Amino acid sequence: MEKVKVIEIKKSVFAENDKDADNLRKELKTKGVYLLNLMSSPGSGKTTTLIQTINRLKDKIRVAVMEADIDSDVDAIKIKEATGIPSIQLHTGGMCHLDAEMTRQGLDNVALEDADLVVLENVGNLVCPAEFDTGAVRNAMILSVPEGDDKPLKYPLMFSVCDLVLINKIDVMPYFDFDLERCKSYIHQRNPKAQVIPICAKTGEGVEAFVQWLLTEVNAWKTN
Amino acid sequence: MHELGVVFYIIKDVKAVAEENHVDHVSSVVMDIGEVSTVVPHLLTDCWRWAADKEEMLKGCELKINTIPAVTYCDNCKKEYETVKFGKTCPHCNSNNTWLLRGNEVEINSIVV
Ligand SMILES: Nc1nc2c(ncn2[C@@H]2O[C@H](COP(=O)(O)OP(=O)(O)O)[C@@H](O)[C@H]2O)c(=O)[nH]1
Ligand SMILES: [Mg+2]
Ligand SMILES: [Zn+2]
Ligand SMILES: [Zn+2]
Repeated sequence: MEKVKVIEIKKSVFAENDKDADNLRKELKTKGVYLLNLMSSPGSGKTTTLIQTINRLKDKIRVAVMEADIDSDVDAIKIKEATGIPSIQLHTGGMCHLDAEMTRQGLDNVALEDADLVVLENVGNLVCPAEFDTGAVRNAMILSVPEGDDKPLKYPLMFSVCDLVLINKIDVMPYFDFDLERCKSYIHQRNPKAQVIPICAKTGEGVEAFVQWLLTEVNAWKTN
Repeated sequence: MHELGVVFYIIKDVKAVAEENHVDHVSSVVMDIGEVSTVVPHLLTDCWRWAADKEEMLKGCELKINTIPAVTYCDNCKKEYETVKFGKTCPHCNSNNTWLLRGNEVEINSIVV
């Protein structure tokens, strides 16, 4: 009979990735590049919001975008056409989230010396992108009105890792029983520090507040 | 679908540990999975079977799962309670000033070689 031996590991599955992510953040700090990880369900309005935001930002700071939707490169092309800024498509190979290693590979294709802000449009899904630190300076997410104001209760981890929650599609609020104050209170139950900004990416309403948040963040990252 | 990604992480870690210990076959991997982690145990074992059998070192290797019960601590009344039953609100004092003590683990406990 073969001898049986038990080797203790006692290590979180996410520990390696957390280490990679911390290293990536340090490198970005040295380079003076701010990485934002933007998450949401599919169709919440990440691409639309980015176009509105970048068009208000691009004369003030240098922006680049990495698109990580599973299926195609339509978003990368859309961003490039609508804003004129550099935008690349990451191929996740069917993977439902990006980890720090994949983010780093993506960043290898971005001219970081010409960028102050890189936005990563993560794969559309509210579960696992929350669990994998990408190495971004901050996490932000978009919750759109048709998804319902109870999402912070159903996806607590996502809301607890986000520094900023954009509530999008406020133009359709009258057609849904979405209660903004109730939603904010659910978000703050999960994460007392989260900032909440209601927007309508279609018309651009509220987007200026997001632009200001980004400018403050990027500035602080580059100077402190 | 998330579970497959997690499986790839487990495989990477297990292979590294096995190589460090000069082991050429692993017969089982023991995981500690919290009740309120984002991983669904039966999906994890399904993904494991598919992916592990593609690795010489892990052919037929079994994935065993210990479930870690989720417990929340209340800062208001300093008591603990079952997370799954009561959620964010403390059943003793109704406070929301609570935090998860344990139960979100996705950990490799050990490997048997
Ligand atoms: N009514 C309304 N529709 C929006 C708004 N923002 C985005 N959409 C629509 O929602 C759909 C998905 O948007 P998209 O930006 O592609 O979402 P993504 O999958 O998160 O990138 C598109 O048809 C958008 O036109 C909004 O503020 N109001
Ligand atoms: Mg998109
Ligand atoms: Zn995933
Ligand atoms: Zn209590």
